[in-house]
Amino acid sequence: MTRQMTGAKMVIQALKDQGVDTVFGYPGGAVLPIYDELFQQNHIQHILVRHEQAAVHAAEGYARSTGKPGVVLVTSGPGATNAVTGLTDALMDSIPIVVLTGQVPTFMIGSDAFQEADTVGITRPCTKHNWLVKDTAKLSATIHQAFHVAMVGRPGPVLVDIPKDVQFASAEYQPKQKAPTGHYQPQVKGDMEMITALVEAIETAERPVFYTGGGVINSGPGASQLLRELVEATGFPITSTLMGLGAYPASGKHWLGMLGMHGLYEANLAMHGCDLMINVGARFDDRITGRLDAFSPKSRKAHIDIDASSINKVIRVDMPILGDVGHVLEDVLKVWKARGRRVNQEGLQKWWARIHEWQKVDCLKFKPNEGTIRPQYALSRLEALTKGRDRYISTEVGQHQMWAAQYLGFEDPNRWMTSGGLGTMGYGFPASIGAQVAHPDALVINVAGEASWLMNMQEMGTAIQFDLPVKQFILNNERLGMVRQWQELLHGQRYSHSWSEALPDFVKLAEAFGAKGIRCSDPADLDEAIMEMMSYDGPVIFDCLVEKHENCFPMIPSGEPHNKMLLGEAKTKDAIGSKGAVMV
Amino acid sequence: MSALHIKKGSTKHSAYNLRSTFSDAEETHTIAVLVENEPGVLARVIGLFSGRGYNIDSLTVAEVDHLGHLSRITIVTTGTPQVIEQIKAQLGRIVPVHEVHDLTAEGGSVERELALLKVSGVNDKRVEALRLADIFRAQVVDSTLESFVFQITGTPEKVDAFADLMRPLGLSEIARTGVAALARGL
Repeated sequence: MTRQMTGAKMVIQALKDQGVDTVFGYPGGAVLPIYDELFQQNHIQHILVRHEQAAVHAAEGYARSTGKPGVVLVTSGPGATNAVTGLTDALMDSIPIVVLTGQVPTFMIGSDAFQEADTVGITRPCTKHNWLVKDTAKLSATIHQAFHVAMVGRPGPVLVDIPKDVQFASAEYQPKQKAPTGHYQPQVKGDMEMITALVEAIETAERPVFYTGGGVINSGPGASQLLRELVEATGFPITSTLMGLGAYPASGKHWLGMLGMHGLYEANLAMHGCDLMINVGARFDDRITGRLDAFSPKSRKAHIDIDASSINKVIRVDMPILGDVGHVLEDVLKVWKARGRRVNQEGLQKWWARIHEWQKVDCLKFKPNEGTIRPQYALSRLEALTKGRDRYISTEVGQHQMWAAQYLGFEDPNRWMTSGGLGTMGYGFPASIGAQVAHPDALVINVAGEASWLMNMQEMGTAIQFDLPVKQFILNNERLGMVRQWQELLHGQRYSHSWSEALPDFVKLAEAFGAKGIRCSDPADLDEAIMEMMSYDGPVIFDCLVEKHENCFPMIPSGEPHNKMLLGEAKTKDAIGSKGAVMV
Repeated sequence: MSALHIKKGSTKHSAYNLRSTFSDAEETHTIAVLVENEPGVLARVIGLFSGRGYNIDSLTVAEVDHLGHLSRITIVTTGTPQVIEQIKAQLGRIVPVHEVHDLTAEGGSVERELALLKVSGVNDKRVEALRLADIFRAQVVDSTLESFVFQITGTPEKVDAFADLMRPLGLSEIARTGVAALARGL
C-alpha cells in the first residue's frame, strides 16, 4: 500500500505511528502547514506554551515522568534558537526529546531570509543528532529514525529541521516498520568476563557502596526493580546522584540519601571510605567527585554505563562495563546467585556500624524558627503532608533544589524532575506542566525559588488554558540564594546583584492569570496553607516567605574531597581555598 | 577494514587496557574514522575536537565508498593516553560514525602525505633544488625559468625534511594534503 501525502501530513502520521499523544509547541510562519494538519485531527493534543524554551522543558518533564520521548514543534529562526537551552539541558541529563523545527524553504536557505537561522548548525553541539530534511520523500523515514536515535543507547535530544516547501510537497509515506534505523545500535549487554569480575568483588568487599545515577531511571522501571533486588539481597548501602533519586526508595533500609556537593554526610563519607564502589548509570560528575585526586582513594571501582565516553573520562575505574544498566544488573544478579549469593558478612557488619555512626550526626537536622519559616521546615512539612500521594516533583535550580533533594523522599523512579547537568533556572515550572499533562490526576508540585520561577513565569497562561492544576511552591527569600551563599563563602559577603528589589506580589500575579495565590509567612500557618494548596482544583502559586539568609548544608566546598564536608554555619569562614575558588 | 574487528565503543579490547598506568606523557596517534557521507558530518567531528579542547595535528577526509555512502576521515592528534581514549569514545558516539580505529595502537600503519612545494630561484640554487628533489624522489610538476613546483609523497617527517631543505633555496609556497593512513597487514 503506497500512501502519497504532503510533508506536513507525514509529520502528523509519523508522530501517530510513533505513539505520540502530546506535542508541546508554538506556531510560526515556517510551520504553518504542520499546524494546519494538527488542526484537522484529534489523535495528538497540542499544548500551546508561551515560549519555546518552555516547550522543550515541558517535553522533558513529560519524558522524565513517563519514560516516553517528549515531542516539541516550533518554528524557524527564533523558535529554534529559543529551544537551544532546553536542548542543551536534555543533552546533559540524557532526556529523550524530539524537536521538530520549521525552516525557510530550501531555495531560500542561505539567503538570510526572514526568520532564517542555521538551525542544524546551531543545535549540532546540543543535540544527540540532528537532520535537515531537503526532500519530502525522506521526511517520514527521518522522523522515525529521529525517535530511534533519541531513545536507544544513552537517550538524548534530537532535532529535525523541515523547510516549508518540504512540508507542502507530496511524496510516499514510509511507515515506522519499513523505515531503516541505520547502523546505530549501541551495545546493551555487558561483557560477561567483567561482570564476573564485579561479582567476585561483591563477594569479598568489606566496605562496598552502590553509587547510582540517572542511567537507572533511563533504563526503565525494570532496572530500578533489579537494583532494588540486588541491594536487598547483598545488603550493601546505596547512595544516588541528584538525577537518580527514586530508583531506590528513600524509605529503603539501605538508603544513605543523596551524595555530592550538598549530599548527606553518611553518603559522602561512605563514598570516601569504601573499598568497592559500584557506579550504576552515573558519570562521576564534578558535583559528585569534588577534588579528583582525593576522590574515594582506597576503593576499587566498577562503572556500568551505556556510553563508552563516560567510562574513564574523569575517574579511572577498575571494572568498566559497557552496557544498559537493566541488562547488566540482570546478569550481575544471575552470576552472583549462581555462585552462591556470597557477601563478606563480617566486613559488611563493621561497615554498617561505621555508617550508623555517621548517620547519628543527623546532618539535615535544623531547629524550626518561631517567627519565620525556614526553608528546610517548609520542605519537611511539604513532604509530611504529601507523602503517599500520587506525587510528581519538579524543581528549579538553586538552594531550594538541593533542599528538595535532601528533605523530600522519592519511593519510585520517574517521580522527580530536575535540571542536574546544565542547572537551568526556569526549568521547573514548564517541567511540571509536562508532567501534569502526562499525569492529569496526579499531584504535581514545582519546588521553586522566586528568581528561577520568574524566568518562565509566562507559562501560567499555559497552565490556565489547559486546566493543569500544577502547584508552584515558591520558597521566596527575595535572593538568588545559592549565589548569595557563594558570595558569603567566597567573596567577602559582597552580595553583588544577588537580590531583587522589585518582586511581584505573587498572590496578585496568580489572580491576574486566573489562578489561586496563597501567601504564607508564619510557620504556624504553614500546614493549613499547604493543605489549602493541595485541595484547590487548579494551578496555585504558593508564595512561601522564608528566612532570607539561610545557607544550604551540608556542603563540600569546591576543590575539597568528600571528607572535608561543612556541616553548619560555624566553620564556613575561608572554607574555599584559592584553587577551589576558580571552580563553580 | 580492520584486522582486529573491534566493536565500536568497545572498552574491553581497548588498547587503553594494555597500558599499565595512566601516563601524563603526550602521544601522537593516527585515528581513522569511517563515517556516513552525510551533510554536516565533518562539522560534527571538527566541532567535537574544538568543543572539548582536543588537538588536531592533521585531518584528511574524502569519500571512499560511493555506493555505501561512506567517507574516511584520518585524524592525527596529540594527547595523554586518557585524552586519546576519550577522543575515540567521543568519536564513537557520534551517530553517523560507523567505525573508529586507532591505527597507532592497533599495531602500526603506513602513513603517507602528498605535498606541493613552489621553489623560486636561479643558477646554483635552482640546480641544487633539482638535485635534492631527485634524492627525495620528488617530481617536478610545473616549471618556469625561475621556479619549480615539486610534488613529494611520503611520511609527514619526510615532507618536513624536504621542506626544510627547500627553504634556503627559495621555497615560497607549500600545500599539504594531510595524512592518509592504513593499518598494516590483512
